[in-house]
Amino acid sequence: MRQGGRVGLGLVLPLALAIGWEIAIDPGLVSGRLLPPPSRIGATLLDLAASGDLLMHVQATLIRVGLGFLWGAAVGILAGGLVATLPTLRWLLDPSLQALRAVPSLAWVPLFILWFGILETPKVLLIAVGVFFPVYVGVSGAIASVDRKLIEVGRIFRLSRFGLARRILLPAVLPATLVGLRTGLGLGFLFVVAAELMGASEGLGYLLVDGQQFGKPDQIVAAIFDFAAAGKLADLVLMTLTRPLTRWQDTERESL
Amino acid sequence: MTGETLHHAPGPSLQLLTQEIPVLIVDDLSKTYADGTQALAGINLSVHPGEIVALVGGSGCGKTTLLRLIAGLDQASGGCVQVDGETIREPHPDVGVVFQEARLLPWLDVADNVGFGLAGLTGSEHRGRVVGALERIGLAEHADRWPRELSGGQQQRVAIARAFVTIPRVLLLDEPFSALDAFTRRDLHDQLLNLWGEAKPTILLVTHDVGEAVTLADRVVVMRPRPGRLDETIVIGPARPRDPVAAHHENAVRRVMAALDRSLRPAAAHQPLAPEDRATWW
Ligand SMILES: Nc1ncnc2c1ncn2[C@@H]1O[C@H](COP(=O)(O)OP(=O)(O)OP(=O)(O)O)[C@@H](O)[C@H]1O
Ligand SMILES: [Mg+2]
Repeated sequence: MRQGGRVGLGLVLPLALAIGWEIAIDPGLVSGRLLPPPSRIGATLLDLAASGDLLMHVQATLIRVGLGFLWGAAVGILAGGLVATLPTLRWLLDPSLQALRAVPSLAWVPLFILWFGILETPKVLLIAVGVFFPVYVGVSGAIASVDRKLIEVGRIFRLSRFGLARRILLPAVLPATLVGLRTGLGLGFLFVVAAELMGASEGLGYLLVDGQQFGKPDQIVAAIFDFAAAGKLADLVLMTLTRPLTRWQDTERESL
Repeated sequence: MTGETLHHAPGPSLQLLTQEIPVLIVDDLSKTYADGTQALAGINLSVHPGEIVALVGGSGCGKTTLLRLIAGLDQASGGCVQVDGETIREPHPDVGVVFQEARLLPWLDVADNVGFGLAGLTGSEHRGRVVGALERIGLAEHADRWPRELSGGQQQRVAIARAFVTIPRVLLLDEPFSALDAFTRRDLHDQLLNLWGEAKPTILLVTHDVGEAVTLADRVVVMRPRPGRLDETIVIGPARPRDPVAAHHENAVRRVMAALDRSLRPAAAHQPLAPEDRATWW
């Protein structure tokens, strides 16, 4: 009940703006040429959906984000785990990785295009780079800060190295890892826009460029809307899949 | 067990002899930390099966250090610890520990925390032991709660159950009740003695609370600081459970207090008891 009320309150402002804009344009008070009214955006969305184009573009974007996310997350978890548990590797790798992290990821775009052309590889790679760092930082930080006192509990009960990793380290680092994954997924959507802006023949980013070049603001806003929906949906899926793993936690993760 | 080695020992006092073999021997143990802090120097202590020994002493005198060495969590700088005749170099399966904080695993519910250290049992044996322990500490109805949903006293009870459920021969308790109020503490004293009554593990209990030491222990060992060494030992007479308002209880508390007082005086002014005197107290 109360939560329903809160959601409703959050909808008041966007709805009011949308209706206000619609009303203001209708009698010709303002021109809707550069910012089309909601009704036209809705119509554009429906057209795109009806022709099957929308599905194609959304699919292309989601596949890029998904692939980039999987690669970035896998390598991030692996690197974070190794660097946190093997001191030699930490001294060897961490300074370089921290230096690379300081590079704004978009600065890689020209280099990636030069190296890999403008097809799928540089796009997925760029997204993977964006996902990698928050996951890497999250995992290595979480392992490094596991409570020594809990590890001693494992030692008292004579757990093997593997038992210690499975029964204490893994559950202890899970929450921070998931936060890293979530941040990484968000960045994945940020970088897919950049990747698709650098040249694509399909994807929501293509709709943006196309809309700009052919003066179709309704298509641009429709694509923005789809980005928001896809990002929120992906986040929701990640949260739903991982919620059972962190049920024990104190934090109200849902309310974030 | 130690009884095996005595099998051929002649004489009618086999039973008595078995009891006289210490289960825990601390031999000339010393510990100097990496930063040069000399925490322990020349600690000698033997504890017999089923005995409850309380260790009291000022803050920083090395009580936790001693327990950690016995537990095999840290390495000694000199001397050794033996449990059941085995020299301790790492945690020993027969030694359980309850830390000052409950140290429950937050991602396991109460029942899984209690059963955390149980190994090599079938599913039903495992469950039976856990349920039994939960009932004895009065937390059966909280079996599927998360640790964060328990009060401090309940958490500490779970930690105690987790240590008892593996039936260790030696149990090390480092100020397990110090964070709790006096009422909860008395309650937990009873439950501790209840649990102890079943398998009668040997208990080494560190405490700041002299009343607690006198209520629970067969003897109270006083430690003196810098570097930590064992000082006087006070034997507490009557059988448990004890009446905390009885005259001999107050008397024993006073004796421990006096010994603590002496232990805190500078070493120069300190007149140690003659070894023969001390021997009669053991
Ligand atoms: N890891 C460590 N490194 C260096 N010195 C330490 C370390 N742990 C303890 N000490 C020092 O060793 C001495 C004994 O510490 P310990 O924790 O054993 O005392 P304690 O008797 O348990 O005190 P308390 O009653 O306050 O718990 C102290 O002087 C302490 O500062
Ligand atoms: Mg201590």
